[in-house]
Amino acid sequence: MTAPTVASGPHTHAVFNVTRTMVAVMICLTPATVFGFAQFGLPSVLLFAVTVLSALGFEIACLAVTGKPVSRFAMDGSALLTGWLVAMTLPPWAPWWVGVTGSGIAIVIAKHAFGGLGQNLFNPAMVARAMLLVALPVPLTSWVAPVGLAGGPDLMASVAITFGGAPIYDAVSSASVLSTLKSGLDAGTSMADILSQTDSLRSQFVGVMAGSLGETSAMLLLLGGVCLILLGIITVAIPVSMMGTLFGLAALAHVIAPDRFPPPLFHVVSGSAMLCAFFIATDYVTSPVTSKGRLIYGAGIGGLIFVIRSWGSFPEGVAFAVLLMNAATPLIDEYVRPRIFGRTRAGKPLELGEKP
Amino acid sequence: MNLSSIAAFLNPVNLFSIRGGIHPETRKFLTAESAIEEMPLPKLLRIPLQQHIGAEAAALVKRGDRVLKGQLIGKARGPVSANIHSPTSGTVVAVGEFAAPHPSGLPVPTVTIRTDGLDEWGPRLPRLRPETASPAEIAAQVAEAGIVGMGGATFPSAIKLNLRDRYPLTTLIINAAECEPYLTCDDRLIREHAEEVADGAAIIAKALGVDEIIFAIESNKPQAAAAIAPFNHPLGLRLQVKVVPTQYPMGSEKHLVQMVTGKETPARALTAELGVVVHNAATAHAVHLAVRYGEPLISRLLTVSGRAISRPANLRVRIGTPVLDIINHCGGLTEDPERLLLGGPMMGQPIATQRVPIVKGTNGILALSASEARKEDMMPCIRCGTCVQACPCGLTPFEMNARIQSGDLDGAARVGLMDCVNCGCCSYVCPSNIPLVQGFAFARGKLAEKQSRKHQQEETKRLAAARIAREEAIAEKKRAAMAKRKAEMAAKKAAEAAAAQEAAK
Ligand code: SF4
Ligand code: SF4
Repeated sequence: MTAPTVASGPHTHAVFNVTRTMVAVMICLTPATVFGFAQFGLPSVLLFAVTVLSALGFEIACLAVTGKPVSRFAMDGSALLTGWLVAMTLPPWAPWWVGVTGSGIAIVIAKHAFGGLGQNLFNPAMVARAMLLVALPVPLTSWVAPVGLAGGPDLMASVAITFGGAPIYDAVSSASVLSTLKSGLDAGTSMADILSQTDSLRSQFVGVMAGSLGETSAMLLLLGGVCLILLGIITVAIPVSMMGTLFGLAALAHVIAPDRFPPPLFHVVSGSAMLCAFFIATDYVTSPVTSKGRLIYGAGIGGLIFVIRSWGSFPEGVAFAVLLMNAATPLIDEYVRPRIFGRTRAGKPLELGEKP
Repeated sequence: MNLSSIAAFLNPVNLFSIRGGIHPETRKFLTAESAIEEMPLPKLLRIPLQQHIGAEAAALVKRGDRVLKGQLIGKARGPVSANIHSPTSGTVVAVGEFAAPHPSGLPVPTVTIRTDGLDEWGPRLPRLRPETASPAEIAAQVAEAGIVGMGGATFPSAIKLNLRDRYPLTTLIINAAECEPYLTCDDRLIREHAEEVADGAAIIAKALGVDEIIFAIESNKPQAAAAIAPFNHPLGLRLQVKVVPTQYPMGSEKHLVQMVTGKETPARALTAELGVVVHNAATAHAVHLAVRYGEPLISRLLTVSGRAISRPANLRVRIGTPVLDIINHCGGLTEDPERLLLGGPMMGQPIATQRVPIVKGTNGILALSASEARKEDMMPCIRCGTCVQACPCGLTPFEMNARIQSGDLDGAARVGLMDCVNCGCCSYVCPSNIPLVQGFAFARGKLAEKQSRKHQQEETKRLAAARIAREEAIAEKKRAAMAKRKAEMAAKKAAEAAAAQEAAK
């Protein structure tokens, strides 16, 4: 059914449209991304380029196959952003085909198989990350220490690392904070020893440490996230409830058993938590639409991250936590609705003088 | 002390809040400082006989008649209707059909008057002294003057004045929110004629039998708030200025009542049931003119604005003036406008041709350039929830839209389609440029049609059943009568036979 569109107002529109929204998100991601490049050197730049471009390529191919207007939809920025987010979560020196596979999973399976923009149930970047982690555990956990742009491999060596499958030389191979924690706990090391092996909370916050391409700098991600909130692109509900729950549970556990559980700030600044809070969990398509629903959803993710990190078999639980809550989103939206003006929550008209 | 702190000072009373809403660029600066000017008389006036909600007025003039300013030319018909008067003196050149000031541009019954430039008054209505007049007299005068809600709703005002008979009223709210972008005519009216507006408000309050008047103005009009503040005891009643936040749709009646009184009007009820009646500031001014001076509603203020207008202005214009004349008076168009509208950019209506006239409910003429309209291609819904946050009625526009698109109108109604007030906040914010409210209006029409069809079918069935029952009853009666006759005949025969036997004996 199509309605006549000009016959009634509004005849003007807010500044933001889909493309501008996507571009604004990318701009807010830029500081953390550039920081990743500076920290992990040219191979990370190459991996990023390959991932993003292949995402765009998959998008165009899918649009063409499904018969959608390629020029309009491919340029909406959503595929670029998906590719970008996939790249952010990869180990920075991963070979090119990891990036391409990740983009392919995200765009083809997680997005277009569900019907394209706005139709997907699961967050494409997290589907890619989870599938890669299960299917390719080795390249997905081969971390490198920060080498710096200048101190890193030159162009030829970088090409060899990203495209030639050159092994990561041991000198720079490193473990991420969360995997250090996990293996330490599994080996029965005391918490104090583990914490002395990992970077200080301050350098974790700034981001000078081994980790995924764009996830290390909690500080810059926080900065980008605050910008998104100020621009009105996301609301505070999800970041606050997610971080609040993660922090709260971690604090409780740390108070009860300081020897088994790291301090709460550790959870907040390490791994993908910060990226997730502002850029992943807030994905429009796969999160609830009401503020209350978002609080529930964010709390669910925060709680699941803590549970998976503490008791799961993977050191990091963000991807699984997000996917599980994605599955709950339709349910949340069905039951958590705004109250209609002049009606009770149950939908009955208010009685005169009744307080809703 | 600057003006906005004065405004805050005027408003010591706590306000409440409303859900959702948006903050579009108001672009009121285009005309906010343009003083009201009198638009010269055009050559022709085209006065539709239906400028209000309800039944169209019946024409009292015919071609060739000379009419005087203020003369009744269309008489209200039925309980919901409004009188129509001649805006100036001249000759009726046609009583027929002319394009309506409406997107459809369909022809509607219209009286066309060639003005003679004399602007000669006919007999006016008798003046009333509101100090001594009874509520019924005031209401009758307002009805006689053909006043309708001038904020755009165009509901005949006299009917709203008679609400006192049915509800215990306590409060009159004068709606001077003027929340639509661009429009500044109410702002100018209050700044330049504050005393008259306050008087009109007091007259309305008298007619309603309430003694509390609240004058609600958005915070972006501090001068208007300051102008009305000194007139805080019109006709001995208490008038209080409340500065409400600048937020669209503050002027929506039920939302304004909630903002000012904290009371939420139940779904499908009237604000009068809460004891509150809302009238527009321009209506109050028209009531003042009608009651004190016996002037019917023959002109109104409107804002001519938009980037495509050479000289944006606030004008007092006779009802029936063609849009073209008004635009020409404002220096014409600077470019081909993307949208030409009557009313504000949020709820105004596009017009097909500039030949249509302005009517009692027209508060603005906007010629929007492409950069103002920001028309863009539609994208799929990305479930961003912005429309949900923006909806002042607590609805889920994206969901209603999805259901309408899949043909599930009843499903859309279940999630609140009928509670939508058509404010357009959802469409305004939607990053995918989905025509949400446009679809809702359409779907509601369909649904109403369907319901009336269903109603009709049921009615037909009921009538048919009734007829069958009636016919059966008649048949039954006939049968009974027949049986009775038969019995009587038999009895008679028996009696005759018996008599014959008797006789034979
Ligand atoms: S037009 Fe209707 S659905 Fe849209 S915001 Fe206004 S009330 Fe809500
Ligand atoms: S604002 Fe538009 S894109 Fe966002 S949820 Fe509503 S309809 Fe969908």
